[in-house]
Amino acid sequence: MSKGVLATPKRGIRELGAEELVGWDEVTQGTILETFETEVDNVAHIRPEERPYSDFSSYTATVASWRVIKPVYNRDICIDCQHCWVWCPDTSIVSRDKQMLGIDYDHCKGCGVCVEVCPTNPKSLLMFAEAEEPEVALTKWPEKKKKEK
Amino acid sequence: MALRPIKNLKEFSTANERLEGAHLLCPGCAHSMIVRELMNATDDNLVIATNTGCLEVSTAVYPYTSWDTSWIHIGFENAASAISGAEAMYKARKRKGTLKDPDAPVKFVAFGGDGSTYDIGFQWLSGAIERGHDFTYICLDNEVYANTGGQRSSSTPVGASTTTAQAGRVSYGKKEKKKDIVAIMAAHGAPYVAQVAPNKWKIMAKVFQKALETEGPCFINTVSACTTEWKFDPKNTIEVTDLATDTLIFPIYEIVNGTELNILYRPKKVLPVEEYFAAQGRFKHLFKPENRHIIDQIQKDVNERWEYLQRREEARV
Repeated sequence: MSKGVLATPKRGIRELGAEELVGWDEVTQGTILETFETEVDNVAHIRPEERPYSDFSSYTATVASWRVIKPVYNRDICIDCQHCWVWCPDTSIVSRDKQMLGIDYDHCKGCGVCVEVCPTNPKSLLMFAEAEEPEVALTKWPEKKKKEK
Repeated sequence: MALRPIKNLKEFSTANERLEGAHLLCPGCAHSMIVRELMNATDDNLVIATNTGCLEVSTAVYPYTSWDTSWIHIGFENAASAISGAEAMYKARKRKGTLKDPDAPVKFVAFGGDGSTYDIGFQWLSGAIERGHDFTYICLDNEVYANTGGQRSSSTPVGASTTTAQAGRVSYGKKEKKKDIVAIMAAHGAPYVAQVAPNKWKIMAKVFQKALETEGPCFINTVSACTTEWKFDPKNTIEVTDLATDTLIFPIYEIVNGTELNILYRPKKVLPVEEYFAAQGRFKHLFKPENRHIIDQIQKDVNERWEYLQRREEARV
């Protein structure tokens, strides 16, 4: 069946503001947001920093203004267990090659889940006020807690 | 079919994320933990349909989309029918040889909240499973219509206070029991049905991979703790989910081919249900002296249910 064969002057669908009727196969599609600028074969094989994101992808957006407290990451104590990575709801823990690299502050909402699930002693992620500089926060890190008997 | 290694978290963490940040789900929402884990469990192309619900309204707010895969949204109830249609078209085009890349592995997945799975989309889901399309349906069960302001759904448990089943002087919240959706879906004869929770990431990833691998319709009910409607601090999402699985309010199990039931997680120490209730604001009225009997009743129901599951596992029927 060729395209548009179903529309006759008496039968078809009138789109908003249009003069002529069109067939079901000519109706304007719903909104389509293209995540990438170019065609991508399989996203699962491309690292986020190498993907051609378009302006429609929320990767380009930020929710940093939601935060009042933020997690600060202490590399010295981290054991790369990736608990924070698997349970971060906002894809904000940057892990590459089995290593935790840091926090994506553009997408972090400051929920604090990563701090709660961190198993080290003392924790290698802690919540600080949003205005606190990470370098300053690192100097305030608590000492290792002794086991209570 | 390319499944990602999930032997340990380090290996699993080499996955390339396909759900982008800056979606508008609440801080600490378990929905995105579950969705991320599903998408990280495989390297195949994914076609995803989503029912209306928190996940849909938060991940596709014009002009942004958080999905790096093909993603469809149409109505509140019809993710199951949309994904059936997509799967049927894929098969037809493969048969006719009109696919651009016929060898590329594709998996079909549908997400729905508990409102759209237990209530509004129930008929559509039932139909899709009966027709036997090759897809995986994942219910993100937060036991309430969280997106529209916390109305009760048929997944809300007994005793929970919601905006349309409020606790107060004359009522202790919802009085009706929760629907047993896993048993209903298993009764459809679906090849693989399971209930999992995000705090046990490895079990969840294994179940997801098994469902993706299984040919035919699979249904997975996932516990998704809702910080806003369950009323707890966002940072405690995993802690509350731990309590849900360790008090056996949410037992973790699978049913293969409608008969073979396997319990996937047995808590080392089973906690009393009070601990789960105490962690959430929606149950706080149950601790009043006049409502204590509700807690005792729920504890009894939970014990009976656990006993039933164990017996069924043993009997293999």
